[in-house]
Amino acid sequence: MTVVFPLVGFAAIGIYLIVQGVGIGAGTIPVIGYVDEVGGFSDYTTQGDLTFLPFDTQQEATSALLTGKIDEYFVIPEDYLLTGAIPRFSLEKELEVPANIQSAMVSFLQSNLLEGQTTPEIAARVKSPMLLSNIRLDESGNIAQDQGGVEAFLVPMIFGFLLVMSIGASSGYLLQGLGEEKENRIMEVLLSSVSPRQLLTGKILGLGAAGLVQVVIWLASVIILARLASNVVGGVLAGLQIPGNMLFLGIVYFILGYLFFAVIEAGMGAIGANAKESQQMVVALVLPAVLPFYIFIIFLRDNPNNVVGTILTLIPVTAPMSVFIRLGLSEIPLWELLVSIGLMIAGIVGGIFLAAKAFRVFLLMYGKTPSPREIVRYLREG
Amino acid sequence: MPFVEVNHVSKTYGDRAVVNDVSFDVGEGEILGLIGPNGAGKTTTIRIMMDLIRPDSGEVKILGKRLDEAAKSSIGYLPEERGLYLNMTVTESLIYLASLKGMEVHRATTRTDELLARVDLLPHKQKKIKELSRGMGQFVQFLVTIIHEPRVVILDEPFANLDPVNTQLIKDMVLELRNRGRAIVLSTHRMNDIEELCDRILMIDEGYTVLYGDLAEIKARYRNNSVLLEYEGDLGEVNGVVRRQDHNGRTELFLDSETMPQQVLSQLLQRGVTVSRFEVATPPLNDIFLQVVGRD
Repeated sequence: MTVVFPLVGFAAIGIYLIVQGVGIGAGTIPVIGYVDEVGGFSDYTTQGDLTFLPFDTQQEATSALLTGKIDEYFVIPEDYLLTGAIPRFSLEKELEVPANIQSAMVSFLQSNLLEGQTTPEIAARVKSPMLLSNIRLDESGNIAQDQGGVEAFLVPMIFGFLLVMSIGASSGYLLQGLGEEKENRIMEVLLSSVSPRQLLTGKILGLGAAGLVQVVIWLASVIILARLASNVVGGVLAGLQIPGNMLFLGIVYFILGYLFFAVIEAGMGAIGANAKESQQMVVALVLPAVLPFYIFIIFLRDNPNNVVGTILTLIPVTAPMSVFIRLGLSEIPLWELLVSIGLMIAGIVGGIFLAAKAFRVFLLMYGKTPSPREIVRYLREG
Repeated sequence: MPFVEVNHVSKTYGDRAVVNDVSFDVGEGEILGLIGPNGAGKTTTIRIMMDLIRPDSGEVKILGKRLDEAAKSSIGYLPEERGLYLNMTVTESLIYLASLKGMEVHRATTRTDELLARVDLLPHKQKKIKELSRGMGQFVQFLVTIIHEPRVVILDEPFANLDPVNTQLIKDMVLELRNRGRAIVLSTHRMNDIEELCDRILMIDEGYTVLYGDLAEIKARYRNNSVLLEYEGDLGEVNGVVRRQDHNGRTELFLDSETMPQQVLSQLLQRGVTVSRFEVATPPLNDIFLQVVGRD
């Protein structure tokens, strides 16, 4: 998993480059025919790499298509000015018209329509009326460091993604390990040497260290991939921004979230009769961790500081993902962050206490997973 | 100072008392046999001693101190539920589990070789646990229990699933440990092993102590006032003998409460009976067990 994720990313970029390379290769730039039934569409026949070749009739264009002289053609019908309809003919089975061809056709039609109707400058603006840039000011009226937007949203999302991936991977290791130790009956031998709390702490820290290595590898991969992707793809990734406070809070909540869920997983691992049953319980408890993603994106995108958003930020289970998403959408009040971090730390400490109790009570029980009522009873008696 | 002191320990689950006011101690160079029927509370008592289960009341002291994490390294524990990491080799298992008891790796490595040589497992030291036979695996588990040279050894059913040869080897090692001053608690269902190895016994039933003390004294207490005899000649009527019973070439003479065994022997010798064996009969522990727990 640690290596697979970066490999998949690099492979994706490689595939993209290969596909692009195939598209750019010689002989692959399509020659586009057209039949002008309106008249007057004779200029601007070169649009970027594409060339538009006129034909007098549709039969001639079809023949040229079938003999491979052109790759496709379109017709500008007599009633085009009324309807805007343009039928396009090709031999390929396509999901949709390739964006570069569609854009070249629009430019070709616009240029010919505006030819002689206005100045070249106005014609150019009609074709590209605005290049919008959005600038956010801070409270003192200066340009804010964090400009928001999709680019700013990416970094918190990366933290959220890493947290969920790490929880998933660590739960796999932790539950598999605990399951094996229960099934091999070695737990009693271990507990005769160390206390349940030492065993729990050791497992969480051991897995934490392994998880940290994993996250460092992933983060490094993300940075390299983002650079590569922005060079190759451009667009959103080129504007990737990582403000310092966002990075700091991201790391704080990642560590707190990781510890909180690791403690929950350890407790579940102790209670479950085997790794499979423990995994089912963990899923039920960890599912709320990703809930804020959907709530914020669907319901609270325009008003993330809503009271629901605040509550989600304060509850330890939902706090990490809520903070990650809100960091990308708005500012989070300081008091919310402080209370949220305090509650998460309290949750971790309380979780360690309960999980240690679960280790003491349930690790020596074999055979079946206790019911929720039994869990409460045994924990009380233990 | 006893090495192990268990004082008035009780544990209840729901409304069921699993261990009820159990007290005992084990001294230096002593083996205490812990016996009782299934579900009597033996394993719970042992787990309380190991701090795996917290008692509702009472306390456990090891080497004079309340049991804490540091004191655990003074104890070697062979649980009834055996377990090792199946993908570790024999050597790795012993060194890793010894290091958990605070033993330095260098010392643990040396000790591993010593112990494996002692039980002829040295050729198997690089085998994975899952590649061992069940008996070999159990041996490794026993070695894990004693590798760190604990002063207190707790063995829960150490002879289960072992053949007679391996059973004897472990018995010899247990006796060696006793002779080197270790305090040993031995829990087993095999009464003959208890008779062979233990100095004192604790019998519990349904969580209560039903017998506790010196094994010889307990056997004397349950004696039937009878003698076992192997002889040649005519026995005839013997004064003070109320009943006689023949079994396996031996005759057991049951005496009335007034008659001493020496008086019976004098009568027989005066009659010219050739006595090749004469011993005061003591009941086997198994009979005492059945009698006490009411299954007889």
